[in-house]
Amino acid sequence: MSAQDDRNPLTVVSPRSRRRKLQGRLMELLASFAALVAIVVLLVVIFSVAKRGLPAVNADLFTQVAAPFGVEGGGIKNAIVGTLIMTAMATAMAVPIGVLLAIFDTEFAPPQVSVAIRMTLNVLAGVPTIVIGIFIFGLVVVSNGQSAFAASIALAIIILPVIARATEEVLLLVPSTLREGSMALGATRARTVVSVILPSAFGGIVTATIVGVARAAGETAPILFTSSIFANAVVTDPSQPMASMPFAIFTNSESPSHHDQQVAWAAALLLMAFVLLGSITGRLLSLRTRRQIEQMR
Amino acid sequence: MTDQQDTQPSDPGDAPEVTSANPGTRLTELASGHESNPTEGRETVFQLDKVTISYSGKPAICDVDLSVHRNLVTAFIGPSGCGKTTLLRSLNRMNDLIPGASVDGRISYHGHDLNGSNVDPVELRRRIGMVFQRPNPFPKSIYDNVAYGMRLHGMKDDLDGRVERALTHAALWDEVKDRLKASALSLSGGQQQRLCIARALAIEPDVVLMDEPASALDPISTQHVEDLVESLKAEYTIIIVTHNMQQSARVADITAFFSVDVRDDGSRSGVLVEHGPTSDLFIRPSDPRTEAYVTGRFG
Repeated sequence: MSAQDDRNPLTVVSPRSRRRKLQGRLMELLASFAALVAIVVLLVVIFSVAKRGLPAVNADLFTQVAAPFGVEGGGIKNAIVGTLIMTAMATAMAVPIGVLLAIFDTEFAPPQVSVAIRMTLNVLAGVPTIVIGIFIFGLVVVSNGQSAFAASIALAIIILPVIARATEEVLLLVPSTLREGSMALGATRARTVVSVILPSAFGGIVTATIVGVARAAGETAPILFTSSIFANAVVTDPSQPMASMPFAIFTNSESPSHHDQQVAWAAALLLMAFVLLGSITGRLLSLRTRRQIEQMR
Repeated sequence: MTDQQDTQPSDPGDAPEVTSANPGTRLTELASGHESNPTEGRETVFQLDKVTISYSGKPAICDVDLSVHRNLVTAFIGPSGCGKTTLLRSLNRMNDLIPGASVDGRISYHGHDLNGSNVDPVELRRRIGMVFQRPNPFPKSIYDNVAYGMRLHGMKDDLDGRVERALTHAALWDEVKDRLKASALSLSGGQQQRLCIARALAIEPDVVLMDEPASALDPISTQHVEDLVESLKAEYTIIIVTHNMQQSARVADITAFFSVDVRDDGSRSGVLVEHGPTSDLFIRPSDPRTEAYVTGRFG
């Protein structure tokens, strides 16, 4: 390089700017590392569960109920059915309430009320699930005994804030010009919500529901109090306690039988696949909805 | 206020003979002073007396006295922040939707107090339609966008015919007649805005309020919208907000010029400086602020 290049003000690097550049690079590295750690943890979990669980995934797992104590064999049919029924009931309870709550909060509530509701939802989302389990235990189980119904109430309380907040987010994304457009044509607020806002936000509400379902399916703590004493048979009566996937994982993993332990891993793999699939579907749907709403701006 | 003397007797039902959207032609006509006072003999649609609109107690626009006449295009012009949109939105009570907005003074619509306690804003908005700054079609089909308001108001007989008439009125029918079931979002910006106009016309309003309807459009789409405004005034009373003086000169019979008043304590609010036939306002403004604005010295 010639002496002239050295004097080029665009290439002169002062110690100060060199330090800033270094700091910038360092921060970038740290952040990238944190992102990497999160991904690696997820991959390790998936890999290790799949490695132990896959060999035990077979037809028996889905078609056999849990074997009686001391007998080898058996599957988790009763737990799968139980989880499906309880999750469905919890979703059926939480979705209407959560969506209506979100609509009230974003479309009708005065600003102060809406702030209060959002704070309440955030607090509710942070309540440890075992606390919600013991709450339902005291409220329902003590007087009526364990039942799938009691469990689904607890699950519904847990996913209510998830569904309500996710729905709120997508309702807020709907441009206010659409609301105005509808009101300017002489529509009432309620009519505007039903005819314009909800159809625009439908994809987002589906996403919120899927995320809620995935959450409910994996919850364990509230099940302990509300639906953990059950027969090893497929139960479809919601007034009776049902087996569930999380609880099946727990009990099978405690068993001395090698087969049962295998079943626990397989059940864990199934549950994880279900939750992952739910989250990914939800994520993709939500991206699509966002793009669609973006078009309306 | 500048109420021009009649320079030439004219039939009150006779709209000014402007068919071209060419600003040059129109301005030449304005300059030649061929226009008589267009408000002559026309029914008053809106009468504003000492109207002040405030947001949370802070006035956005103060003490407006103004009348709007039937089958004319009235333009609200002025720099940003002069409250012209706020005033427009008070005419179909869209400000009701904004928490903290309040109106003082009296706005009457065909002699009835617009803000009277027994006035139903829903009924009001059926009669006083609105087109917004940016096209805001619903994420529905073209057909359903136009039919939306009619379904709301139970105008269900011959829905297809009504949709066709509204789209024809908005000069959009030929472009969309083969794809009425297509999403409104697939239209271009200019087409979307004409769809929004069709949507407003579909419920057969008396007045159409337009809030800078062409500000988000390219020049050709703007010309479409302006031509449309011109052709619609035979049936509707139109109020159009614009910060574009040429647009006002091209389309408006009456122009009201608003400006921003800065008071001693530094607070700002909009005021109506003057209003009158567009030609007067542009050729012989009576207020120096109007002159400064129309000659392009500010704004």
